[in-house]
Amino acid sequence: MHVFADPTNFDAYLSGFLWILKLTGASAVFALVIGVLLAAMRVSPVPVLRGFGAAWVNIFRNTPLTLVVFFCYFGLFSTLGLSLAEDLNLNNYWLGVIGLSVYTAAFVCEAVRSGVNTVPTGQAEAARALGLTFAQTLRIVVLPQATRSVVAPFGSILIALCKNATIVGTIGLMESSNVMKDLLNANGDAVIPIFLVFAGTFAALLIPTGYFFGWLANRLAVKR
Amino acid sequence: MTTGEPLIVLDSVNKWFGPLHVLDDVSLSVGRGEVVVVIGPSGSGKSTLCRTINRLEPINSGTITFDGQPLPAEGKALAKLRSEVGMVFQSFNLFAHKTILENVTLGPLKVRKEKPSVARERGLALLDRVGIANQADKFPAQLSGGQQQRAAIARALAMQPKAMLFDEPTSALDPEMVGEVLDVMTSLARDGMTMVVVTHEMGFARHAANRVIFMADGKLVEDAPPTEFFANPRSERAKDFLSKILTH
Repeated sequence: MHVFADPTNFDAYLSGFLWILKLTGASAVFALVIGVLLAAMRVSPVPVLRGFGAAWVNIFRNTPLTLVVFFCYFGLFSTLGLSLAEDLNLNNYWLGVIGLSVYTAAFVCEAVRSGVNTVPTGQAEAARALGLTFAQTLRIVVLPQATRSVVAPFGSILIALCKNATIVGTIGLMESSNVMKDLLNANGDAVIPIFLVFAGTFAALLIPTGYFFGWLANRLAVKR
Repeated sequence: MTTGEPLIVLDSVNKWFGPLHVLDDVSLSVGRGEVVVVIGPSGSGKSTLCRTINRLEPINSGTITFDGQPLPAEGKALAKLRSEVGMVFQSFNLFAHKTILENVTLGPLKVRKEKPSVARERGLALLDRVGIANQADKFPAQLSGGQQQRAAIARALAMQPKAMLFDEPTSALDPEMVGEVLDVMTSLARDGMTMVVVTHEMGFARHAANRVIFMADGKLVEDAPPTEFFANPRSERAKDFLSKILTH
């Protein structure tokens, strides 16, 4: 453990995981908002919106995340000149958030859409019979019940997002896997311990997350 | 009972589900304050008929007029019409994630944009009227079927509708709970509410209906006051139906 006893290394380790948490947090919020909107589009009666939602899902769900994140860096930033922050690290961070959000939103959308199918048609019929518009029916009656039924899948998506955040390391952000790579290069005698510490940290973060979402799913379940 | 022009008018309404002709040239008018009970064998189109009146089922041809206006095709105008027609379903369809009181106040708050205090007060009064004021803060799944259906009636009444549609409101209930729901419906009828009721409850048809409509194979076969219909059904189809349900 002499590697992590060195304060410089330990700080790098901490800041690496801090970047992972920041990437996960911001991307989770954006992916949830975009994903729910996409799901609303995909179940709407408007063909243009349905087509847009379907295209989004088909493009981003079937493209490797590495490619999406690379596009954010080399396409949006290098070629199109989209700069999101003065600081290079912060710029890479926000580019990474864009890539992770648009990618994860596709999975959120499909989870919500499967949740919509668990809501009995009578719920929407009763809402329409009261005089609620389509948007109100979706927002007030259908989506709240649909999202509650997909809390457990949301947990899986969040866990995957957290691990996927390491891919932002490929565009230069010093997140955990980048830190690990540097530590491995500098400490050839401690390869296995370094791996175990990084893997263990992910597990320590994510195993409770999984249990938390399981508990939350039970708590929020709609009783019928 | 009937005064002035009729509230609901169906004229030569046709509807197909694929090759199935579920409504075959149906014409019907319901006056203000009138209680019309629709009976008939399963698959005769009576539920579909009920659902066309607030356009939960669109029709293929013919016209439906409500309160002098043809039914709007969609959008805001249709939503407005639906807010004026209360509907009660066989499977209650209370919003499962909302309390009973929230179910009853949702329409007034979101559709009519009423003040919360006003909506709440009327909601509680309606729950009291249907006898479940003490269940206001429970969720639908915590109530019995009969209580849920009474809450659903209160939810529809909260919109102060001009007419109420009942689509087999007691068919999903345990036998001992049918009475409590029919009592609420009978008192509504007595208060002069315009009602279209699809049901198998012949007792309700006898004592609460102004007219009985008998449907078979998508056609409106008979239209008569209940005493006349039950004593002297004219068509063979109605005689056959009544003999099957009344001899047991």
